[in-house]
Amino acid sequence: MPREDSDMGIVAGKKRKTNKSEKEMIKKIASFYRNGFKNMPSWGKKLWLIILIKLFIMFAVLKIFFFPDFLNTKFDTDEQKSDYVKEQLINKK
Amino acid sequence: MEQFSVELVDWSRAQFALTAIYHWFFVPLTLGLSFIVAFMHSIYYKTGDEKWKNMTKFWMKLFGINFAIGVATGIILEFEFGTNWSNYSWIVGDIFGAPLAIEGIVAFFLESTFIAVMFFGWGRVSKKFHMMSSWLVAFGSNLSALWILVANAWMQNPVGTKFNMDTARNEMISFFDVALSSTAIFKFTHTISQAYVIGSLFVIAVSAWYLLKKRHLLFAKQSILIASVFGLVSAVCVAFTGDSSAYDVAQKQPMKLAAMEGLYDGEQNADLYAFGFLNNRKDNSNFKGIRIPSMLSIMAYRDPNAFVAGVNDILNGNEAQGILPTETRMEKGRIAIQALADYTLAKKAGDKELAQQKYIEFEENYAHFGYGFFQDKEEVVPHVKLTFYSFHIMVGFGLFFIALFAWLLYASMKNKLEKHKWVLRLSVWSLLFGYIASELGWLVAEIGRQPWTIQDILPVGAATSHLSVGNVQTTFFLFLALFTVLLIAEIKIMVFQIRKGPEKGGSHV
Repeated sequence: MPREDSDMGIVAGKKRKTNKSEKEMIKKIASFYRNGFKNMPSWGKKLWLIILIKLFIMFAVLKIFFFPDFLNTKFDTDEQKSDYVKEQLINKK
Repeated sequence: MEQFSVELVDWSRAQFALTAIYHWFFVPLTLGLSFIVAFMHSIYYKTGDEKWKNMTKFWMKLFGINFAIGVATGIILEFEFGTNWSNYSWIVGDIFGAPLAIEGIVAFFLESTFIAVMFFGWGRVSKKFHMMSSWLVAFGSNLSALWILVANAWMQNPVGTKFNMDTARNEMISFFDVALSSTAIFKFTHTISQAYVIGSLFVIAVSAWYLLKKRHLLFAKQSILIASVFGLVSAVCVAFTGDSSAYDVAQKQPMKLAAMEGLYDGEQNADLYAFGFLNNRKDNSNFKGIRIPSMLSIMAYRDPNAFVAGVNDILNGNEAQGILPTETRMEKGRIAIQALADYTLAKKAGDKELAQQKYIEFEENYAHFGYGFFQDKEEVVPHVKLTFYSFHIMVGFGLFFIALFAWLLYASMKNKLEKHKWVLRLSVWSLLFGYIASELGWLVAEIGRQPWTIQDILPVGAATSHLSVGNVQTTFFLFLALFTVLLIAEIKIMVFQIRKGPEKGGSHV
């Protein structure tokens, strides 16, 4: 039993160490990105602005208002979709 | 019977072409420049020489601008699949799912993770890890292209799959047949090597401009040296992979090859039309110009005596060559479509025997399925003149690039670059030629395979959604505006940074 306790202690110690090093790693990565963005020149910031505006137009405007998934908006199940597509193929000949 | 709405189909095609062509302005430069940056970064890592660091930083900055403006422009094509091409999307869904999922998870993840390290990593990560991140960005970008091109290749050569009559979907039976089909391999190698040519031409054009302006001379000369080596190797690869692609097209898409060569009447010892013009005749008197004897037979079948089918052979059939007339294929296609209809009814009625009979009938005629949608055999002919001129101008530019890179390499090694100002001016213009050739390559591949979305299986008319033409027109002009703004933004930011030059700018995006 005492041996098991000490083994468990070692395991717990290792786990604490791992958690600590994981946290440090995450902190390092976060500060890497934070510093990167902070020290970015103005043209880099301009590019990020363009990216964000572009993504907003694409996903929040175009996708939602102009490009709904045709079959998903008309049907709920895959069976209904396949029946519809089959009907389209058969009747378009 | 419902007929295709020609106007809807044409607008949907125009919209797809518009978005694909604009998207393709950004992609090749990303693919090509990423490797040039990685080469330069490796030289800096090896030598520790600051001038290579500055060079890496400058080209990395221009790579970053192109990447940032171009990123996600391809997603619009996926929007269009779901909205405008819903029948097609449903039918190919399972096939596109796997390659595009791998592209999304592995390649894009790799690319987007390491791009941050590449730009933010100067002095913050180890030199080795930093240099490796440049390579991983390059491989990630190219890996993305691989999966997209695998999906495209399947449309041109649908192998490794089986059409499920119950679900109306193609199901993958062999991932490796899809991913490693000859069409996928040649398409990928040809496309990425021409992207490397664009990357090289970009570096050369900017550097030649510096030499003409007598600015950053050493920087420009060394950049030209690197780009001309990379460009020469890539341009030679473009020629070889292009030849392999033509061979593959001859086997899988003979109509496309006939259109590329403007060949109406098939013949043995078929000549290659090297330079000249097509008239409107629909026979072999349609060409005036220089021919290379038997070259088309060699290109298509590696045999000067081989028979190469022309448009008329494919339309009217050629018994001696085992080519079925298109009208026979149309009849077989109609039998396959009717078998699908009867199979569906038999399944619903619980008549297993009839369903099995119709299944066999469908399988026997499935290779001709798409032909059943046509009313007139002429519908299977793509735009011959557009395909012919696109192909020949592209090949002409391709040969010109080999000569240009070879000359620039020679002049770089002999330190003669500045003496020939007209070549430097030509080098600046060559970037435009590179883009023209690249877009023409897309036209050959995609116009040449019309009217098919999936070769022999699904024509464009049967692939579209039931939308109003007005909807598609509206989004066409929206895209035209959005992409034009993006392109202008890219050119303005890029030109501003190029004018600023290598020493003054940082690389920090």
